[in-house]
Amino acid sequence: MSLYEKIGGEGAVNAAVDIFYRKVLQDDRIKHFFDGVDMAKQASKQKAFLTVAFGGPNNYSGEDMRKGHAHLVKQGLNDSHFDAVMENLGATLTELNVPGELIAQAAAIAESTRNDVLGK
Amino acid sequence: MPIITYGGQSYRCKEQESVLDCLTAHGVTIPSSCHAGLCQTCMMQAVNGNVPASTQQGLQSTLAAQNYFLACTCYPDGDLEVTLPMSGIGSLLATVVEISPLNAETICLKLSPDLELPYKAGQFINLYKDDVTSRSYSLASVPGIDEHLQFHIRKLPDGQVSNWVHHELKVGDSVKISYATGDCFYLPEKPEQNLLLIATGCGLSPLYGIIRDALLQEHRGTIKLYHGGHSAKSIYLINELESLSLQHENFIYTPCISGVNVPHGFAAGRAQDVALQENPDLSGWRIFLCGHPDMVSTGKKLAFFAGASMSQIYADPFVIAHPQKTSQ
Repeated sequence: MSLYEKIGGEGAVNAAVDIFYRKVLQDDRIKHFFDGVDMAKQASKQKAFLTVAFGGPNNYSGEDMRKGHAHLVKQGLNDSHFDAVMENLGATLTELNVPGELIAQAAAIAESTRNDVLGK
Repeated sequence: MPIITYGGQSYRCKEQESVLDCLTAHGVTIPSSCHAGLCQTCMMQAVNGNVPASTQQGLQSTLAAQNYFLACTCYPDGDLEVTLPMSGIGSLLATVVEISPLNAETICLKLSPDLELPYKAGQFINLYKDDVTSRSYSLASVPGIDEHLQFHIRKLPDGQVSNWVHHELKVGDSVKISYATGDCFYLPEKPEQNLLLIATGCGLSPLYGIIRDALLQEHRGTIKLYHGGHSAKSIYLINELESLSLQHENFIYTPCISGVNVPHGFAAGRAQDVALQENPDLSGWRIFLCGHPDMVSTGKKLAFFAGASMSQIYADPFVIAHPQKTSQ
């Protein structure tokens, strides 16, 4: 069984997206990156991110991650912000009672996008 | 092999080829990003033919109901005619039936379209002053209740179209309008769900339609409307809404005044603040926000933080002086 199936597939993504996005938007360290962003469109991007982190079906390449975040890197996006997102991801999964070892696997996948997201 | 028609051209869609792949392979540029049905960048609308339900996964239900789908995950079973959202929604002529005042700055415009115009209460149409100048106005009327299309139109100081409607348009005139579009409307999918509706100014127009549509479709959950304005003068349809709440005990109406003078019968404060104070837990609620863009964007955040799911928040911001979606 894949990580995605173990976590609960699309249902888990749907359950996680509101909780995760609410945390991100209320996090003083990163919320300014979302000023003026269409919330509904952004929610589908958060969903895409969670699908990636859960090891679900996606076709994102490192290049997509770079392009998608380049404007934020220009605004000062750095490791501390990435850390904040990782923290919110962990807290969301804990809140949903996902077992620790699965959280660690999801965190490792999300972590693997760090350099591309930060344009390093 | 299914045929995909887009922009007047037809393309053969190979087996195992998505609508997006098919169009891209033929040199047609469709905005796209994830290619996995997640980011919704490649959303299109099927105007003819049926799309598989799997390609509508994750879309707002009001979009799915209008045959929107994600081109990257759409492997069609049959022929399809597709368009990009909002492109060429077409136009027709309508006759002005009535223009009546709602308050000092707002009128109700009633139109009778020359052709059948299917719509849902809360969607919007573009009203053309001339071939290049148009503004979007939301439908306050309900198919099944109202004979004519109805719009609440507030006069803006420099509003080219609103001033024309207020001062020049006359009963009997023929005007060009677009077909109806927009995803802010009522679907009877969960009749027990509580509905919270917040409007400022003539953002009431679509919500007046949505509320009466929901009641017509026998919505059973609580329906709470907060209508805000700076002073009592900017609130309108008070009698109609009060009598609607007498007829339907699940409909609760609260007019709100943000200015200093708050007469008896009005709540003090901005509509979104009063609504959130009175309803601090919105988990499971469906939310509709219409009116001033600032109210809509803060209202969205407040409702979301109060527990409403993002997929259950419908909004119609009245953006002023933008060529596409401009309003009142």
